[in-house]
Amino acid sequence: MDKKTSLLYPKLAQQLEGKLLLREEIPLEDSLFDFLLEKNILTPVPSIITTLFTKICQRCGNRTKSQFAKIHDVNRKQVIWYCRNCLIMGRIIETEPLYRWNGQPFPWQKHEAACTWEGQLTKAQAKASEMVRRFILQQESSLLIWAVCGSGKTEMLFSGIEEALRQGMRICIATPRIDVVRELLPRIQQAFSAVAIQALYGDSGEKQGTSQIIIASNHQLLRFEHAFDVVIIDEIDAFPYHKDASLAFATERALKPSGTMIYLTATPRQKQRKKMQLKQLAHVFVPTRYHGYPLPVPVTCMCFALQKNLHKGNPPRAFIQWLRLRQNQQRQLLIFLPTIALTEKIASNLSELLIHEDVIKRPAEISSVHASDPDREQKISLFREKNLSVLVTTTILERGVTFPSVDVAIIHAGHSVFDEAALVQIAGRAGRSVDDPTGEVVFFHDGKTNAMIRAVRSIKKMNRIGGWL
Amino acid sequence: MQDIITKWKYRGDYELGYIFKNACRTHFRKMMQTTAKTHLAIPIPLSVERQVERGFNQAEMLAQFLPIPKAAYLQRVTSEKQAKKTRSERMESANPFRLKKPINKPVILVDDIYTTGTTLRHAAKVLIEHGCPEVISFTLIRS
Repeated sequence: MDKKTSLLYPKLAQQLEGKLLLREEIPLEDSLFDFLLEKNILTPVPSIITTLFTKICQRCGNRTKSQFAKIHDVNRKQVIWYCRNCLIMGRIIETEPLYRWNGQPFPWQKHEAACTWEGQLTKAQAKASEMVRRFILQQESSLLIWAVCGSGKTEMLFSGIEEALRQGMRICIATPRIDVVRELLPRIQQAFSAVAIQALYGDSGEKQGTSQIIIASNHQLLRFEHAFDVVIIDEIDAFPYHKDASLAFATERALKPSGTMIYLTATPRQKQRKKMQLKQLAHVFVPTRYHGYPLPVPVTCMCFALQKNLHKGNPPRAFIQWLRLRQNQQRQLLIFLPTIALTEKIASNLSELLIHEDVIKRPAEISSVHASDPDREQKISLFREKNLSVLVTTTILERGVTFPSVDVAIIHAGHSVFDEAALVQIAGRAGRSVDDPTGEVVFFHDGKTNAMIRAVRSIKKMNRIGGWL
Repeated sequence: MQDIITKWKYRGDYELGYIFKNACRTHFRKMMQTTAKTHLAIPIPLSVERQVERGFNQAEMLAQFLPIPKAAYLQRVTSEKQAKKTRSERMESANPFRLKKPINKPVILVDDIYTTGTTLRHAAKVLIEHGCPEVISFTLIRS
């Protein structure tokens, strides 16, 4: 190895270790790249392998036949297969291999006491926090933290992360939601101000993923392989993680074989509950919120002619009556609707009505937001800074976001997008701050669904376990 | 439509191109009702580098859908992207095409997107200058 390359070596290791990348994703000159290949420091891995019956994409683990397609190269008279499942990450084709770092591992820095967070943990939090620390230290395989909405899940992780940094481990916090990534970044950055942290998600500028702590959307982990000693998955039950097998595949692969996986959730799904009951999955339960007040219990409210009203783009009458009867008119209002079309329709009609009802003064105080909204980030931060009083939204804000003082209304709560987990999460948006630890949650429906009944029941159960009757 | 084109052309989802098959066929039949079927389909070529990068030529795929023989007479010399240019830049740009071999048959030029028509006009010009009797264009989308 010549002098220039040996100088570059640690940097390359940091950049490429623990990843599976296409040639076009490796920003190296051809000469250096060929040199690394020749020295077997980078090894090619076939990108799509063909077994007897199926093809398997080595990046996303896809085996579904319909998700593979072929390109007919007319000029060269050949047929090339590619994977449609992970197309969005850059096309992967049979004839181009993925590259894996095969050289010396990068020595990550050991931080003696990296945590600069100075808050106090509650008793329940401290117990969970200690358990996380122990699991990471002993390199146990997995732990699930079942903590109610607003219990301060992020803070429980700090001592575990600190311990991991002390050991010189590499940590990834992954979550299916981009909004959660954006919200987590400043909080983690503040708690570990001396450590380099990068956030990887669809349209973030960061693409390299070279820092010791990485906060990423689950999709980004498709590029990693055995990279992290600790992977923390926030909101495991959220869409799309629980629906998309390739995300679970990628997340598990991103973890080193000796690493620790930590799952965080407020609403575990049936699959995880079963595992917990069968003692296949270690877990710790945090039933109380950090400020010590119970969870707001949702109220269900029957609306007649709901469909008719929604069809015309009007909110139901019961909703208007509720507006007048709210206990604390100062609170901001978060209104959930099942579809994007309804969100936009209702938001435009609501502004007039709310001005009439004296909830807001100007039409500019109300806005709507949904997943494909270009100003989504900006509107959410406007609402957080109280520049907006009313926000009409789809389920994108169901979890992971904190607004200090809101009342929550779900209009058409009987719609199938509002399953039990979604309803519990949405109810958990209310009363999250110490200054205003309560809040109203109302489900407006035209017929109670099982999901609604179960959601209310499970919130009450949490409160009971937490010590309130 | 733009999303589909992005996924098909730029992300490289070849399979997606097949959704245009039926539309291409029916429109072609309508268009060809009055003319005799002696035309040759010539897809607008990509530059060599782009062809390698993409793995396929979207115009060529469209040309395949047409029930007439297909031939590659043209060659692209430069590789600038039309999609990245403004209107006036497109109008003033030099002709990027070259004829590979002489031609004496009527031709249908096939391309995916028609914006200002510069690409097609350039291609047609080259063909006519070298003795092609008739040039018709067939594009999927008018943007």
